[in-house]
Amino acid sequence: MLEFISQPWPWYVAGAFIGLTVPTLLLLGNKHFGISSSLRHICAACFPANIPFFKYNWKKELWNLFFVAGILIGGVVATKFLNNSEPMLISEKTVSDLLALNIVVDHNLMPSSIFNFENVFSKQGLLFFVVGGFLVGFGTRYAGGCTSGHAIMGLSNLQWPSLIATISFMAGGFMMVHFIFPWLVKR
Amino acid sequence: MQQTKEEFVEVMAPEHPIECEAANDQIAGESLIGSNIKYILVGILFGVVFVKAEIISWYRIQEMFRLHSFHMYGVIGTAVAVGMISVFLIKRFQLKTMQGEKVIFHDKDFHWGNVIGGLMFGLGWAITGSCPGPLFAQIGSGFLVVSITLLSAIAGTWVYGLVRDKLPH
Repeated sequence: MLEFISQPWPWYVAGAFIGLTVPTLLLLGNKHFGISSSLRHICAACFPANIPFFKYNWKKELWNLFFVAGILIGGVVATKFLNNSEPMLISEKTVSDLLALNIVVDHNLMPSSIFNFENVFSKQGLLFFVVGGFLVGFGTRYAGGCTSGHAIMGLSNLQWPSLIATISFMAGGFMMVHFIFPWLVKR
Repeated sequence: MQQTKEEFVEVMAPEHPIECEAANDQIAGESLIGSNIKYILVGILFGVVFVKAEIISWYRIQEMFRLHSFHMYGVIGTAVAVGMISVFLIKRFQLKTMQGEKVIFHDKDFHWGNVIGGLMFGLGWAITGSCPGPLFAQIGSGFLVVSITLLSAIAGTWVYGLVRDKLPH
């Protein structure tokens, strides 16, 4: 058991847990699985600025902020107490593709050479943190949901707009990785 | 019947004038801490799974979009399958919530934001290696610089709210 906990978990275990979040939230209190909404609630609670989109009873949606706070704590717990004992294995093809873009794979969860505070005010930081984050926040709200709200909750409930959104997410990702990203990081 | 001002506001003002995704459909009242603590616990479990299955890894997202690994497809595919079966069972057996309420499902209406916003999110997903959920778990697992990404995502959401009326939907 302890050995299982300290190893990376296989996709079917993770997938089953994530899928079970849908009925868990519904049965715990009629809550619909969706994470990007938390960003909207933060806007509505902290800086509504009289924008109609942020004028709603966000206090009723506080559960969503508790949920994402839990995700952050879960990240701490897993990293401090249940850490994977081995360095992360990454597909060799991806390693060589990234090397060609001057990104050295360090077998942590994230490339430390990019995701560190020294990069915040560099061109790389602008791309990875500011532009990337903005696209995630703007895009998910414009799309009406993210991977959780559309790809998992929406598809679970057989909503075809969610299928279209999910296909668009993937299409955007493929475009970025194969066409835009190589061009961006070489500047 | 005479209504007090509070009741009037409650009846007349819709909870969410503009569709609110991931809505809370519970009718029974909820206390701030007592009712919400269970969602922290679900979140913690969720965050642990995110880290333990390396879903929050920037590299795993790169692998996914390069078709070099099955891992993320397996995770999302299993999650959708389990979610679909669960929703089917809830509807089929008309399962009630813990409070004894009927589970409510919403149909989504298509709008062009699904496509345009979806593409934008996809572009951002591939750069940051993160959807909104993993952002929180990445910060928790020690990559504190991702809080800048999170702030920028909040800013993105805010700007969307600001320019919403001018965008095609």
